[in-house]
Amino acid sequence: MLIFVLVIGFISLCIGSGGLYFKEIISGIFTKGTPEFSILFDIRLPRIILAFVVGGALSLAGVILQGIFRNPLVEPYTLGISGGAALGVTLNIVFGIASIFGTMSMPISGFLGAIVVIIFLYSLSINRRILKMHELLLCGVMISFVCSSILMLLMAISKTENLHGIIFWMMGSLEQPNINLIWMTLFVSILGLIASYFFCFDLNALLLGEEEATHLGINVEKTKRALFIIASVLTGVSVSVVGIIGFVGLLVPHFVRMFVGNDYRILNISAFIVGGGFLIFCDTLARIVIVPLELPVGVITGILGGILFIYAILKKRLIFG
Amino acid sequence: MLEIKNIFCGYPEGFTLKNVSFKLEKKEFLGIVGPNGSGKTTLLKTITRLLKPKKGEVIIDGVNIEKMKFKEIAKKIAVVPQIFNMEFDINVEEFIFLGRIPLKSTFQFLENKNDEEVVKNAMELTETVKLKERLVNSLSGGEIQRVAIARALVQEPQLLLLDEPTSHLDIGHQIRILDLLRKLNKENLLTIVAIFHDLNLASEYCNRLLLMKEGKTYCIGKPEEVLTYQALEEVYDTPVIVQKSIVSGKPYILVVPHPEEYKQSI
Repeated sequence: MLIFVLVIGFISLCIGSGGLYFKEIISGIFTKGTPEFSILFDIRLPRIILAFVVGGALSLAGVILQGIFRNPLVEPYTLGISGGAALGVTLNIVFGIASIFGTMSMPISGFLGAIVVIIFLYSLSINRRILKMHELLLCGVMISFVCSSILMLLMAISKTENLHGIIFWMMGSLEQPNINLIWMTLFVSILGLIASYFFCFDLNALLLGEEEATHLGINVEKTKRALFIIASVLTGVSVSVVGIIGFVGLLVPHFVRMFVGNDYRILNISAFIVGGGFLIFCDTLARIVIVPLELPVGVITGILGGILFIYAILKKRLIFG
Repeated sequence: MLEIKNIFCGYPEGFTLKNVSFKLEKKEFLGIVGPNGSGKTTLLKTITRLLKPKKGEVIIDGVNIEKMKFKEIAKKIAVVPQIFNMEFDINVEEFIFLGRIPLKSTFQFLENKNDEEVVKNAMELTETVKLKERLVNSLSGGEIQRVAIARALVQEPQLLLLDEPTSHLDIGHQIRILDLLRKLNKENLLTIVAIFHDLNLASEYCNRLLLMKEGKTYCIGKPEEVLTYQALEEVYDTPVIVQKSIVSGKPYILVVPHPEEYKQSI
């Protein structure tokens, strides 16, 4: 799998609107200071890294959330975290904060929006003492709706030039000029992946249900809280850096479950790698389909991923009856 | 090994267990019987700390379970639930390996030789070796029970709790499961507590019975002492006839249809 991702990464490195030839790329890698070198290492490579870690983070968050909610339909965006982030960014654009504090304030406001939603959901679950999972889930869905409604309200009353910014952000893009943000995303997702491994047996036990997990010596409440926070932070960071890239967090977990089974020791890392690879692939397509323009990567993940997924399910049915 | 002291416990809506006390010695096979809603499952949940008692104590080997970590409890008590509700399916072998989770050391990531040995033995004992590759959700009722017992055994517990291990099974499978439990009880010296709906099976296999009514202990003792027609008619509110089984000499309960006619005829 890792090899597969490296190959995709390399191909993606080679293809782009710059139209470099293979020879130029090879020489570009080894000679510093040429324009080829700077295209490869300053533009394409950071973008590939970002695609990989965001894809990985979203898929991992999806796997974890499906595990703790014991529900195959949950994905990182179900909980309203993305809604919160979108609202944060929209407020930023509408009130012109970005023009005062610079573009860096966009991801920050997005992340603040996500954090507000996370804290709200978390405190709901604390006050009820026991996290009633389906209620929490419903609250998350409701928050999503509330956020998107407010978003629409803001869009309806905002100026045309702001509108463009909002829509552009909501469609999601992996173009991120700020290299520090990319490093931060990389750091957070790797940290999340490592943290998820402290809970892989707990997640395995949760396959049997919460009571059975308790019988296996798992402190279910504590585990759910910790995993909820890991998944939320992964989602929050991804969304605030790249915008809303849909579907990866729902599709990749299911896809990977089909092939490697439901043992979280394998599942976590596989989902991370496959998710990363998938997003690199989609982003590459998004860059080259209508050269020199770019498609929103969310369009590709949705169309390609959805079709692939239905195909995989049908094929599985045919084989296993 | 297990002592229940004056337990009051239940769900927020009101008490379901009222002042339940009993003691369990090592190597016992205790059956819990009683009508629906008499608190049998609640009692099991209290023993495993799923429900926190409002009053009273549950003591295992001299230690109050509230002072134990979930992991410590899981090393002593294994549970076979009535049903499994699995959204994501795994195969039987993975399922049985899950029972080793409480025995893993903090940084143990993969199964070791010992784990594999224990799982192999449990599968042989429960005759589940050939089910190894099957998905758990595709198993029949009897197979699931055997697999669940295997999973409980690999926890290497001292006490095994079962919630209606024989419901939904035909008589052939019922006897297979209960013979297996009796074997574990006699040969592996495992202490067993099981909830029963079928009084005749409970009478046949348990060495002591706890009869519950409306969250209280109605009586506890040997099957001959507990399963009297006076007790059963009062607890279940239906007439019964108690005879001796011609196989084992244990009490055998016959039900009487049309209780109205029966009452008139006396």
